Amino acid sequence: MNRKLITFSRIIRTGIVNFVRNAWLAVAAMAVMVVTLTIVLFSIVTNATFNNTINQITNKIDISVYLKDSTTSAQTHQLIQRLAALPNVQKVKYLSKDQALQNYKQQNANNPQLLAAVSETDNPLPATIQVKPRNLNKIQDIKSFLSQPSVAALQSDQPSYSGDRKQAIDKITHATNILREAGVGAVLVFAIISMLIIFNTIQMAIFNRRDELTIMRLLGASTWYIRGPFVVETIVYGVLSALLSVLIINSLFVAASSALQASSLGLLDISYAGQYFHRNLLELLAMQLGVGILIGAVSSIIATRRYLKFKTTK
Amino acid sequence: MILLDRVTKTYGKTATPALDRVSLHVEPKEFVIVVGQSGAGKTTLLRLLTREEKPSSGKIIVGGIDYDKLRDRDIPLLRRKIGVVFQDFKLLPNRTVFENIAFALEIVGMGSHEIRHTVPKVLDIVNLKGKEKRMPLELSGGERQRVAIARAIVRQPKILIADEPTGNLDPKHAWDVINVLEKINRYGTTVLLTTHNQDVVNKLKRRVVTIQHGQIVSDRARASYAL
Repeated sequence: MNRKLITFSRIIRTGIVNFVRNAWLAVAAMAVMVVTLTIVLFSIVTNATFNNTINQITNKIDISVYLKDSTTSAQTHQLIQRLAALPNVQKVKYLSKDQALQNYKQQNANNPQLLAAVSETDNPLPATIQVKPRNLNKIQDIKSFLSQPSVAALQSDQPSYSGDRKQAIDKITHATNILREAGVGAVLVFAIISMLIIFNTIQMAIFNRRDELTIMRLLGASTWYIRGPFVVETIVYGVLSALLSVLIINSLFVAASSALQASSLGLLDISYAGQYFHRNLLELLAMQLGVGILIGAVSSIIATRRYLKFKTTK
Repeated sequence: MILLDRVTKTYGKTATPALDRVSLHVEPKEFVIVVGQSGAGKTTLLRLLTREEKPSSGKIIVGGIDYDKLRDRDIPLLRRKIGVVFQDFKLLPNRTVFENIAFALEIVGMGSHEIRHTVPKVLDIVNLKGKEKRMPLELSGGERQRVAIARAIVRQPKILIADEPTGNLDPKHAWDVINVLEKINRYGTTVLLTTHNQDVVNKLKRRVVTIQHGQIVSDRARASYAL
């Protein structure tokens, strides 16, 4: 067998044997890794769920443009086209006077007084164009288009994005922006703290075995022949911890969906979280494995370095 | 084989050097005993030879390698040429006797088959047959010392450095160890031995170098113990 291959297979084998022989140390280090990786995974799923909830809320927001009864169908058609051409407009929907009336009737089916108000007269409701913005933060663009004199002339009333409604929409937009940023921030903070904790744990585990490193050094072992098994060992920690963290989150969803009959907990939509988790299971697993392996390997490379240095002081 | 030219080693900023202008020449296949009280500088001398420490000044050449020109990444190669029996054994705590000795062969890339063939031979030399699977902690002090010796000689090094290898042994086992050292010296290995043991020095009748306060105070051929 090729000498490099022998060395490589020895490094792998030694790493795995060391993992088994240092089982208790491994359990302690892995417990820390499992907990931190689970928190990171949990924060990612939670963040995705919050984002989904936020999207559901913001999707309900649109601007209604009320047209004068005198507006011709050609003018209406042209306005719809111009609105649809705006960069920040996702969807445009036209409701004729009849459709507006029907909608009104449906919405107020159990309120005879409100129903009576419309049936008496000859349909007071205006034809409406519902505009769904792409980005709520740039909703002002649409508003200023609608305020152009030529466009405003066709409208029977201010568009719905004004007054109290404008304030409400602006508040929602502001709040969701903050929530989104906070979510990303929380994931980042958890990830960084986890990395530091895992790094520290591995450093402690290697510190406990520094004698081994210096002895091997004295016997003339090369840097990677000494370091390799430690890297392999910590990669094993990383892989097992990643698998366990995914397993824990998975059983958490199973338990939550059977114990809590409700499908959501406040803002946290558990059923969506579960769906998201299962739909992205492979990606999440790959990510956890990647993070576990990377942090494990990098930590052990850095942690072994100081014990492998040669004396340079004279 | 070993050449030290006015080697001085000062640790940190202490005023008195651990070794002070020590010059020593050891021929190939020679057997040299270094004696001296503890703190005299024996261990520093050995640590300089294995390049655990760098001399503050002076020149060291071992087996044709000039330590001034030795790059860091070649230090492992140097250490593979020298067998060392450390005073505190330095066995790998998590590995069996067999694995400890095999490790010395693994790092030079010897095949597994050859290792399985070689290790028992050395275990036989140091009388440790049947203890292959023991862990170092399950062995007595003397047994650990012999594992350390087996590990040092298994690569058949050109140079063997032994720091107090009889320190923890009763007289009978001490002589077994000395016999092993003499035997591999006869096969052509240069041996550098430090010891406190008066008996050993007197009976070996080899060259004796005496170190005191970091300086060589006497260097006599076929000498006996005198401090």
